[in-house]
Amino acid sequence: MQIIKNNQLIENTWTYVSDDAPVVSGNICVSLARWQAEKADLSKHAGNLGVRLSSTDDVTSLGSDLGIFALIELNFADFMDGRSFSQAYLLRNRYHFQGEIRAIGKFLSDQTFYLSRVGVNAFEPENLPQAHATLNDFTVFYQ
Amino acid sequence: MYQYNHNDQILIEERVAQFRRQTEQFLNGEISDDGYRNLRLRNGVYIQTHGPMLRVAVPYGILNSKQIQKLAYIARTYDKNFCHITTRQNVQYNWPKLEQIPDILAELAKVQMHAIQTSGNCMRNTTSDHLAGVCVDEIEDPRPYCELIRQWTTLHPEFDFLPRKFKIAVSGSRDDRAATQFHDIGLHLVENTAGEIGFKVLVGGGLGRTPVIGQVIKPFLEKKHILSYLEAILRIYNLFGRRDNKYKARIKILVKEETLEKFNEMVEKEWLLIRDELEVSDARFEALKSHFVPFNYDTKAAEDNTFEQHKHENSAFAKWMEHNTVAHKIAGYQIVFLSLKHPQTAPGDLTAEQLDVIADLADRYSFGEVRSTHRQNLVLADVKQSDLFALWQSLEAENLATPNIGTATDMICCPGLDFCSLANAGSIGIAKEINEILDDMDYLHDIGDVKINMSGCMNGCAHQSVGHIGILGVDKKGVEWYQITLGGSSSNEAAIGERLGPAVAKHEIASAIGIILDVYVQQRLHEETFLETVNRVGIDPFKAKVYANH
Repeated sequence: MQIIKNNQLIENTWTYVSDDAPVVSGNICVSLARWQAEKADLSKHAGNLGVRLSSTDDVTSLGSDLGIFALIELNFADFMDGRSFSQAYLLRNRYHFQGEIRAIGKFLSDQTFYLSRVGVNAFEPENLPQAHATLNDFTVFYQ
Repeated sequence: MYQYNHNDQILIEERVAQFRRQTEQFLNGEISDDGYRNLRLRNGVYIQTHGPMLRVAVPYGILNSKQIQKLAYIARTYDKNFCHITTRQNVQYNWPKLEQIPDILAELAKVQMHAIQTSGNCMRNTTSDHLAGVCVDEIEDPRPYCELIRQWTTLHPEFDFLPRKFKIAVSGSRDDRAATQFHDIGLHLVENTAGEIGFKVLVGGGLGRTPVIGQVIKPFLEKKHILSYLEAILRIYNLFGRRDNKYKARIKILVKEETLEKFNEMVEKEWLLIRDELEVSDARFEALKSHFVPFNYDTKAAEDNTFEQHKHENSAFAKWMEHNTVAHKIAGYQIVFLSLKHPQTAPGDLTAEQLDVIADLADRYSFGEVRSTHRQNLVLADVKQSDLFALWQSLEAENLATPNIGTATDMICCPGLDFCSLANAGSIGIAKEINEILDDMDYLHDIGDVKINMSGCMNGCAHQSVGHIGILGVDKKGVEWYQITLGGSSSNEAAIGERLGPAVAKHEIASAIGIILDVYVQQRLHEETFLETVNRVGIDPFKAKVYANH
């Protein structure tokens, strides 16, 4: 599956492991709840680690764990839920997270420009060409 | 007024291109209904009873004559020759075709106008005092700060999908004419004991279903911190405002549920983390202020007193002067209100022909500038007193000189059931009926300052809860009824009106208003205004008469 990362179309190298599924090899992403419950075991994983946040998760709760992750997924249950935008801002600007921040779930293609402005650098959209095209809708901004 | 630079212009042109593409994709079935709905709302496009409605932004109520001409052109070309001034100083078109809206936006962009964020759950157009920069009671001109906020709110990437709409108003005068106490954030320029000017910040005010008076969260904020402080409030609201119930999603509910003290702590903590990086430089303030320097006023304007002679000879002109003009801070100039409350027209409506005349009059008599007011009138803010008589004659010919500013027939009124898909009841027709019973100008002038605000539904677009007399249309089993409130005010002495009693039937509402005004005339002492009488005697004497036959 292709995603958009840093403005390019690339192959996705990550696997999301749901809470009840066994861990697989390679780069894996888990829910915040699973990370918190299985931190010790997951820390020993050979591949890279990522965490998936819902809009209601408190990003400040990640604390020093942030350094462990190479990926943070912001999962949109509804494109109207703007909390993910503030989560991205906080992760990138306040906590200086250097890894990939990826928007997943039900966001709109037309939200990719805003998301990129608050620190999201990867997108797993429903409509890849549409989302890629809208990413650079604006060449100027005030903020 | 503010003039766009290259980047401002690019931004609105790119926004037009974006919306054109979104609309094409929608018409081709390439975007979901729900997705497109939220995109179009952020460009001021509602779908109403008869089709789309377009709300155009008038940042803090200021327009130039070229923009007025463009509004006329759009009314003629894309609408049924009309436009409508809203209670938030914006302009609405009720008859555009969806597929033509990108073209309308492209036309607007040619004169530095847009419809960005005039609806939707985002930061809306910033409103202000329609007398900014010219009134006699000003602490400081709020317009440079309004423009700073306009830029900061426009396409803010983090705050375009808030729990609910978000409105900011700025006032720079001692008398609050911007209803800052009824906004999500109200900013009031104030002077501290050291003689410095900063902002008093209010939060959590609002009208609509649950009217709430805003509370002071920061008595004095240094100007350089304005953007960081706004950002702190918005971030806390975006993260913690309720999203489970749209009727509990405004910031007023968050402030109430958390308490002001706790909310303040959250904001303060956030603010201290971002305060320094978002400081506004003196150079930026100066650059903004350079767009709002006073006009080149004629220093001899006060010497020509011929208007006094005209007043003496022409009582209609004298009445208009008394009611539709107010003092300007420069001697020899006057601020003129154009009444959009002619008895025969819907409150706030303008024709393309009227707009063209207004543009011409603005060029001739008021430095080419026009303002819109939240009471749905227009203002020519800088008229030389020697031009007043000629201006009055021109306005009179266009039905723009009804001498009723601030009186009972200067009603504010939403589009109601005639246009709006949310409305429960008509409002324009009721306004007409009230006009019919108040057709005696002398009686109207004797009653004096009465603010009647009328909304066709609970959403309260016409701010009925802060009307001295508020009228709210409600639906009871498919029949239109009207609830009356008395004693509301959006000025310094902010108050939410008290309900008079059970709703009144449609055929009785106009006469009920007549009875209320008669009770005032009987009860008032000396020079007491309507609001002062209501505050002194309470609602009972009014209630007794209105419901006498029930």
